[in-house]
Amino acid sequence: MHRTRILDHAVLILGALFLTLPVVVAFMTSSHEAAAIHSKGLMLSPGGHFVDTYEKVLTRQGGFTGQVTGARMMMNSFILGVGFALGKIVLSMLAAYAIVYFRFRFATLAFWVIFTTLLLPLEVRIMPSYEVMSGLGLINTYTGLIVPLLASATGTFYFRQFFKSVPEELLEAARIDGAGPFKFFIDVLVPLSKTMIAAIFIIMFVYGWNQYLWPMLMTTDERFFTLMRGIKQILQVWIGSQIPDYNEAFALAVLAMLPPVLVVVVFQSWFIKGLTESDK
Amino acid sequence: MKRVQFSSPLLPYLFLAPQLAVIVIFFYWPSVRAIQSSFYLEDPFGFGSTFVGLDNYIGTLLNPEYLAIARFTAIFTALVTFFSLALGLLLAVKADAVIRGNATYKTLLISVYAIAPPVAGLIGMMFFDQHIGPFVKIAAFFGWEMKVGLSYFDTAFAMIVVAVWKQIPYNFIFFLSGLQGLPASVREAAAIDCRSSVKRFWTVIFPLLAPTAFFLLIINVTYALFDTFGVIDVMVKDKAANNPITLVYKVYMDGFRGNDIGGSSAQSVILMIVVFVLTVLQFRFIERRIHYT
Amino acid sequence: MATIEIDKVSKIYHGGVPAVSEVDIQIDDGEFIVLVGPSGCGKSTLLRMVAGLETISSGTVKISGRVVNDVEPADRDIAMVFQNYALYPHMSVRENLAYGLKNRRTPKNEIEARVAEAARMLELGPYLDRKPRALSGGQRQRVAMGRAIVRHPSAFLFDEPLSNLDAKLRVSMRGEIKRLQRRVGTTSLYVTHDQLEAMTLADRLVVLNGGRIEQIGRPLDVYHAPASTFVASFIGSPAMNLVQGELHGSRLAIGPALIDLGQAVPTQGAVTVGFRAEDLQVATGGAAAHADTLPLSVDYVEELGSQRLVHGTVGDQAVTVALSSDAPLSGEMQVAVPLGRLHFFDAGTGRRLAWSTAETHRTTTTANLLETAR
Repeated sequence: MHRTRILDHAVLILGALFLTLPVVVAFMTSSHEAAAIHSKGLMLSPGGHFVDTYEKVLTRQGGFTGQVTGARMMMNSFILGVGFALGKIVLSMLAAYAIVYFRFRFATLAFWVIFTTLLLPLEVRIMPSYEVMSGLGLINTYTGLIVPLLASATGTFYFRQFFKSVPEELLEAARIDGAGPFKFFIDVLVPLSKTMIAAIFIIMFVYGWNQYLWPMLMTTDERFFTLMRGIKQILQVWIGSQIPDYNEAFALAVLAMLPPVLVVVVFQSWFIKGLTESDK
Repeated sequence: MKRVQFSSPLLPYLFLAPQLAVIVIFFYWPSVRAIQSSFYLEDPFGFGSTFVGLDNYIGTLLNPEYLAIARFTAIFTALVTFFSLALGLLLAVKADAVIRGNATYKTLLISVYAIAPPVAGLIGMMFFDQHIGPFVKIAAFFGWEMKVGLSYFDTAFAMIVVAVWKQIPYNFIFFLSGLQGLPASVREAAAIDCRSSVKRFWTVIFPLLAPTAFFLLIINVTYALFDTFGVIDVMVKDKAANNPITLVYKVYMDGFRGNDIGGSSAQSVILMIVVFVLTVLQFRFIERRIHYT
Repeated sequence: MATIEIDKVSKIYHGGVPAVSEVDIQIDDGEFIVLVGPSGCGKSTLLRMVAGLETISSGTVKISGRVVNDVEPADRDIAMVFQNYALYPHMSVRENLAYGLKNRRTPKNEIEARVAEAARMLELGPYLDRKPRALSGGQRQRVAMGRAIVRHPSAFLFDEPLSNLDAKLRVSMRGEIKRLQRRVGTTSLYVTHDQLEAMTLADRLVVLNGGRIEQIGRPLDVYHAPASTFVASFIGSPAMNLVQGELHGSRLAIGPALIDLGQAVPTQGAVTVGFRAEDLQVATGGAAAHADTLPLSVDYVEELGSQRLVHGTVGDQAVTVALSSDAPLSGEMQVAVPLGRLHFFDAGTGRRLAWSTAETHRTTTTANLLETAR
């Protein structure tokens, strides 16, 4: 019994190292100079250039036109993450409310129209989506960046599952108490869904922040670049340089992963609840 | 649905309108366009298009390069799915078994969940870098001269490692909550009936986790097929020529780089069919599971 | 205050068999009516139709003389207590009580006064600012009651309100509900599957089975003169013994036993005979000496403390006898059947036979039995 417990810990420690060490190394290495990294390799201890590297990455005018800074990209990522999460919650809560709590003629049709979107990830229909967006003149706009990503049923599915688990008697009691559709939604359902909303906000924020392919296609104007787009950029500059700016690449990677990782770690109980209880 | 529902002539449509509008404009329209243009040959210089029937499909499926990529995609998907599921399960079982440090392990193990695929790819690149990558040095120690980005096999290896690394936390979360959701009485009954903990796991615990595992299987296959785009894009650094890529990446390459709209659309439709089959499997399975509980 | 008239009310779900068929109940002002029956008998559906939570397929429901078939639940002037209480989990007790009044635009001071009144009545004062999850089961139950009381409705509807409580609390809450209803005098319709709850609470019982009314009556009347074998087996614990018998002239054959009824009865041939366990006694004197005893082979005995339940068979039919705890026991016993307490039911339909000893719990002579027969 005792021996297996030590073995359990050994496996867990190895696993935790395998998963987290790269992140720690990325962070540590980003605080060293490029030349030092080039000669000595990756670092496990902090270096002395933390402030100036990050300052440079955040404030230097980069790109071909010199119009984008790391801070700007970070803001854009933030706008994408928050905008996407909020949009998703509003759209999907309303849709799920209609589907679960109303009797109407085209309910089944509406359900299938929405849930068919689970069938096709954006990556599969990326070309025609791009064409539609450029046809609508939405390239290089926040609308173009955020709204098309909302065209999926995940959030609606989460809320539908959740609403179905709300005891029926609550609606019955509310109706006897004289609450109509709006009152019930605002007075009872929204407050009840608070935890669920928080969980979905976290999941969707991470999802929006982490978008890569879509922002890459939708933004040619550097003022709309997100951090993910910036990573692509840094790699393109990289090819052909003598001593690549390892430190800056790492710093950018750290900036790109810090907010979502923090959100997930800090709010992990909500996040896990939202993720697992709704079963996607 | 609910026993008691509101009935109102307008409200449900009003509530559904925003979601439906977004879906119709940004999902159905492009999807229909994709299916449509898969039957046409688009002039690369923009001088209209001609209907070519199934030519794009035939051309795609007969193309040896496409078939090679399809084969790689299958292997990649199988390996990524297997290893991320196996490691996720192993860690979940161990985390469930220990009492001391439980919360710390959990936090550490889920922390990298939120890392975006391209960031994972970038970090992976550094670890497999020719000059500074520790993995390259370790491999060299065993006499393996690793050239990620140049050697097909080495790149594939690195891509799989990174893709698995990024996916373990997801599987860990689901397996752990699955394990913790098992009734204590079942475990206690099993402990009385069976001495060997290993046997107990495979005969009692694992079968009870099977629904979770099946659900995760589908999710992981989908992940390996589509969500690894960022990992691959970063790791092959646009030099797809002699590097391994997956089918999704090929769609993107042909559409945006090769300007082969018809071929790219045909590939999209083929992938749509793959996803469709996967999702139908998943739906049927979820339905069955509802019957269980 | 209000009357409720349920007139030929039916509920038929999509193409299925009727869940409730042609039910008629007239409820007087201030009356406490209990709908009782096994699960699936349609009692909850009936209640929900009165509440307006379920549409009425046919028939009418009138509350205080007004047809409410198409009236919204909120406008029927009723209040309902749910089995799982259906308290709003995110609102405090005070907010839960006030919510319905607020939606009715009741003036603020009026709301406060009513909440205070209900809180005093139910002893909820100290908990007004707590959330439901911080309350015990009994307290939640009281909040659910309070939510009904503050509304000053013309009728209370209760849907198995005590089922989620443990046995001890159920008994005390049962008393409390009865006391409160007496005090406010509000017409009440109460659904339960528990016959004891039904017996103790009801002014009148409505026994439902398969969507139809088996019997309506005051608890003791139902107990002493069940209208069918279903009611006989449902009301009372232990359940009434029901055995197959054969009538020949004035004699009743039950398995090997032959009982002399003293007079010829109008029915001849096969019949279902009912008698309560507590009406049986151990035959004194030599066994088989009496003509009116049943030979019982004992299977097992349950000791309840105040009495013992002897389970056995007469011929091949199961019979339970309730005896005082000091009654002598043996493997083969002779039990005496008091003639006046036999219930006769049609062997085919299970309905009580008209001449059966309807009111005979007061008098037990066979002469009286013949009286009823004519």
